[in-house]
Amino acid sequence: MPLNKKDLLEIQELSSDDIKLIIDTADSFKEVTGRDIKKVPTLRGKTVVNLFYEPSTRTRTSFELAAKRLSADVLNIAVSTSSVVKGETLLDTARNIEAMRSDIIVIRHSAAGAPYILAKGLKSSVINAGDGCHEHPTQALLDMFTIREKKGRLDGLTVAIVGDITHSRVARSDILERQGKSYFPDIREYSMQYCLTKERLKFAKDDAIVMHPGPVNWGVEISPELSEDKSTVILEQVTNGVAVRMAVMYLLSGEKATAS
Amino acid sequence: MKILIKNGRVVDPANKIDDTLDILVDGNIIKKVAKGIKAEGSVKVIDAKGKIIASGLIDIHTHLREPGFEYKETIKTGTLAAAAGGFTAICCMPNTNPINDNRAVAEFILSKSAKEGVVNVLPIGAITKGSHGKELAEIGDMVNAGCVAVSDDGRGVMDAEVMRRGLEYTKAFDIPIISHCEDANLSSGGVMNEGFASTTLGLRGIPKAAEDVMVVRDIALAELTGARLHIAHVSSAGSVESIRIAKKRGVKVSCETCPHYFTLTEDAVIGYNTNAKVNPPLRTKEDVKAIKEGLKDGTIDIIASDHAPHAVHEKEIEFDYASFGMIGLETSLPLILNIVREGVLTLKDAIAKVTINPARLLKLKKGTLSEGANADITIIDTESEWVVDVNNIKSKSKNTPFAGMKMKGRAVMTIVGGKMVYDIGI
Repeated sequence: MPLNKKDLLEIQELSSDDIKLIIDTADSFKEVTGRDIKKVPTLRGKTVVNLFYEPSTRTRTSFELAAKRLSADVLNIAVSTSSVVKGETLLDTARNIEAMRSDIIVIRHSAAGAPYILAKGLKSSVINAGDGCHEHPTQALLDMFTIREKKGRLDGLTVAIVGDITHSRVARSDILERQGKSYFPDIREYSMQYCLTKERLKFAKDDAIVMHPGPVNWGVEISPELSEDKSTVILEQVTNGVAVRMAVMYLLSGEKATAS
Repeated sequence: MKILIKNGRVVDPANKIDDTLDILVDGNIIKKVAKGIKAEGSVKVIDAKGKIIASGLIDIHTHLREPGFEYKETIKTGTLAAAAGGFTAICCMPNTNPINDNRAVAEFILSKSAKEGVVNVLPIGAITKGSHGKELAEIGDMVNAGCVAVSDDGRGVMDAEVMRRGLEYTKAFDIPIISHCEDANLSSGGVMNEGFASTTLGLRGIPKAAEDVMVVRDIALAELTGARLHIAHVSSAGSVESIRIAKKRGVKVSCETCPHYFTLTEDAVIGYNTNAKVNPPLRTKEDVKAIKEGLKDGTIDIIASDHAPHAVHEKEIEFDYASFGMIGLETSLPLILNIVREGVLTLKDAIAKVTINPARLLKLKKGTLSEGANADITIIDTESEWVVDVNNIKSKSKNTPFAGMKMKGRAVMTIVGGKMVYDIGI
């Protein structure tokens, strides 16, 4: 069963079958990332462009590795917002990149909805790697992948999302950390009220897992005492992120690519 | 030249007329309104059977963009769009570059309009210098130059003391202050209505309270000063209710809404449609309902277009960065006719809200089909069906959320001062 989509812009547009397909595919790619030679020829000859209007080492690295492990050629473009102000529009920039025959454009942007402009205006597949306070769908998918891996299922689980979710695109993608104007008085107040501690974790089930999209603000969001705790799966999320992004790029490339 | 418009349904709320009558135009004056006028001598006869004859529509809230932003709209293209929409007079807001905050800019607009404009253009001056909200502009001089009201439209006058002085000062000239009610602290950074849609889209919201609190403040100041306050582009249920109560109390307050506020909701933004980005923002179903109730019970006196042209490169970009505003001159009339068909307004009341009511607000000798009045006349076909095609609209900018939509009703002929300036054939 194919995904039949050109772009991945938001979780909302995916059916539960789509999500299952992506996670199942990620499962087989995770096996690849565990090999000695972590590479398959799936996207050989394809060009993936990471177009980042916001700095993000973690997400950019994850997409870059995912593309490279699929044998695609990768181009990283970091655009500073200052050059945008006086320079060309987002669509112009993207059209220029596409004119050089890109196949997949991964975009991170501070403005919600920016990936939609590209998706509408380009033939390339567009993957939303975070748009303002809106969505970050591959993060949601890797969270689901990690949950299923740990729990064996997704149905019927209770997920508590803790933090400043008004400003969080991750939370928005997960249920359906950006600080602009803060809702909270200051960091100390926040950590006293909301920091996840061993004590507070006792309110959850014994086998609850602790996840975080990173980067973690230790001592503010999560108490350092939990960093080595068996409930904490943050680094596994990072590992799974590469597999999930491989799955997404493979599925968006359609039937021409073949899984190994 | 003489024009004889025969057999039309004349709707003239100022004179309480709704009847099949003939209208004889001689030069720039309405000579006679009666049944069975005979064509004598050299006269162009127009058979308007089945059509509505109204006094030329007046838009008290237009952005013409000239001087300074001629790439968006000019006096010429804006007035062509107005004529196509059935408007014979439009009042242009002062947020040009330079801002119309002094006689020189007002005179420029008037002289350019006399040369290139196809409908009457009546400038609105700024309340404060540069519309910065700090010092009052030379309002008296601008009124003498021809400005019909003052407004810092585009932003609110945040300093209540400055607003108080402005209201007090304008009393001397018997003009209204047109207030853009927006608390800039509450709305700061917002790009659409704050609510469910803004949350799912991840866009920063503008709460209704940003408008509501300023409406209440300005009403208090109008009460304090006894001046004439007109509230621009009312979009929220809270504003309607506050104005309704103030009017009952006898405060000299009037207001306008725009067709998009009784036609669209915040859902129009879904998909990051920048053509639906407007300030104040499109609100909710409940607000649309309240706006319609306000129109029906007379709380809302006037319907204005808030025609706000923007070029493609200011709209086909990230939603956060896109300009606020939509064009409206060419779609206002059919959208008003929609709510007449819906039963919200009678045709007479609807026409009053775009003719005699704005004329009375600004003390213009316009808005009626009285014998002796200026021959500003709009002939309307309420049944004509058409589709909004951005390639066919007259405005220089194409930023409308109604593109591709079916409309019913339009102006088929617009006459300004006895001259046919728009005619698509009856």
